[in-house]
Amino acid sequence: MTTALVTPEEPKLDHGIEENPVRPAPRFAWLIVLLASFAASAALFAALGFSIVGVIIVGYVIYLIAVTVTYSAMAGRRKGTDQLMRSLIYGAFVLALIPLVSVLWTVISIGAPAISADFLTKDMYGLKGVVDKAVVEQGAPLQGGALHAILGTLIITAIATLISVPIGLFTAIYLVEYGKTSRLAKSIRFFVDVMTGIPSIVAGLFAFSLFGILFGIGTKNGIAGAVALAVLMIPTVVRNSEEMLRIVPNELREASLALGVPVWKTVTKIVIPTAASGLASGVTLAIARVIGETAPLLLAVGVTMKTNVDPFNGPMNTLAVYAYNLFKFPLNPGYRDPSLERAWGAVLLLVIFVVLLNLLARFIAKVFAPKTGR
Amino acid sequence: MSKRIEVNDLHVYYGNFLAVEGVSMTIEAKSVTAFIGPSGCGKSTFLRTLNRMHEVIPGARVEGDVLVDGENLYGPTVDPVNVRRQVGMVFQRPNPFPTMSIKQNVLAGVTLNSKKLSNSAADELTERSLRGANLWEEVKDRLDKPGSGLSGGQQQRLCIARAIAIQPEIILMDEPCSALDPISTLAIEDLINELKDQYTVVIVTHNMQQAARVSDRTAFFNIAGTGKPGKLIELADTQTIFQNPTQKATEDYVSGRFG
Repeated sequence: MTTALVTPEEPKLDHGIEENPVRPAPRFAWLIVLLASFAASAALFAALGFSIVGVIIVGYVIYLIAVTVTYSAMAGRRKGTDQLMRSLIYGAFVLALIPLVSVLWTVISIGAPAISADFLTKDMYGLKGVVDKAVVEQGAPLQGGALHAILGTLIITAIATLISVPIGLFTAIYLVEYGKTSRLAKSIRFFVDVMTGIPSIVAGLFAFSLFGILFGIGTKNGIAGAVALAVLMIPTVVRNSEEMLRIVPNELREASLALGVPVWKTVTKIVIPTAASGLASGVTLAIARVIGETAPLLLAVGVTMKTNVDPFNGPMNTLAVYAYNLFKFPLNPGYRDPSLERAWGAVLLLVIFVVLLNLLARFIAKVFAPKTGR
Repeated sequence: MSKRIEVNDLHVYYGNFLAVEGVSMTIEAKSVTAFIGPSGCGKSTFLRTLNRMHEVIPGARVEGDVLVDGENLYGPTVDPVNVRRQVGMVFQRPNPFPTMSIKQNVLAGVTLNSKKLSNSAADELTERSLRGANLWEEVKDRLDKPGSGLSGGQQQRLCIARAIAIQPEIILMDEPCSALDPISTLAIEDLINELKDQYTVVIVTHNMQQAARVSDRTAFFNIAGTGKPGKLIELADTQTIFQNPTQKATEDYVSGRFG
């Protein structure tokens, strides 16, 4: 090793970094700028003719400019850029939130009144249009409910899960633990990716024609719907599970193999338990993804007004199809409002199901997560 | 319960890349053999061929023989799973199973090989293995707590306990102390000294003082340059390697004049 002494007269290299000191800025300066920007915008629109959207857009643009200039002057250029980027990101966040909140608000505000004990315990069998006429003209209580759709959703989704979880999980295990980078594994990965993108109606047509060929044209039952949903679920389950298995550290596999444990046992006893929380929440999210499917179920399961809990026999109803059907073919075309209210009620139930599934996924992830602590 | 290893002209490949070339050596039973050498010279790769962990990596393969008491590990009828039950391994980073308690970790090699253990036998094996790894006193009151809650040095000793619970003939250690502080390192080194009474121990280390402290014999590996295969330069008694090596390269390396 050679030691080079830095001589004092050696000139300092120009490294191109500008001196750009940062000074402290008042904590709530941005808030004052924000209020001032919107006040300015409101004043501008008051002169031109009021428009709430205009106030917000122009106010936001004014704020972007003002906050950058203010902070650059007060605290240095870096702080100014920081505030500009911050504001852009928060802006994007609020923008993304608007449709979400709006949908939730609409569903809850319109759907909530429809939900009652009757709505959860009765089906639509035998209801005539006069019932809805009475609701509108005499203020009678809403009759009929979504019991058949709730049961249908639960049964069909459960069967779809039973079909797709083993297939999806085993595929993922093959891809991560055995196939790795082999040609077969690569092509499976490619086709799974392709399957992720197929429109759900194609899955419905597939199940419809498969059951048509096997059991006669026009066969519609719960199993056909479950098959259609499974076609949509499998790629999601494979993808989620693959990611989860892949993040299991390779060191654990090696530790197990080095103890003389065969590969299949390493997978079942070490890899899967370690990944269990991720796998379970991945499956739950895959269920949430298909529970609201409409088109494939309309094709493969059909529609009925009657409670049918036998997935092997005859059409069933599901919440999304129920909502679609009541919207498209109201019980009484002259008096649509009660039917629309039922449809919104069904949609709200569906949203509640999805929220519950997501909470369940979090809960499962927590229960299965590898324990730490002393 | 320990065996001697004989390696004859072993070539180790990753796909078409020759990583280690033509190693022949004898590793004595009931002794500690250390592998030293610069990074990338194939010490760890070679070590992993001794319990057929090398072939776990896709595309990895070997040519040549490894004889354990005369039996070729790479014979056509040999099951790698059986090899690994006889040749235990401790890795660079402690890797206890996160889903298991301390006790389950110790017993993992036995229970995962679907041997049923009675409660008393399990307790006895746990205690014996943990004592063997000098960890019993520290964890005996919390055997049901997760293994990942231990400190790094304790985790590494837990991994050693796990490795000796299946009663292997040989224990391989791949830089077992490189992620540990000096005190834990000392604990592991003491342990290695005790282990050699019963087992054949092979240890890869970057720390030459460590090799000098723990090993009876030392092998020096070197590499001619990037992309070239690693080679065994010489294997001799540790004292000879550090004080009076026959090869110039070894002398340069152990005296720090390397590169």
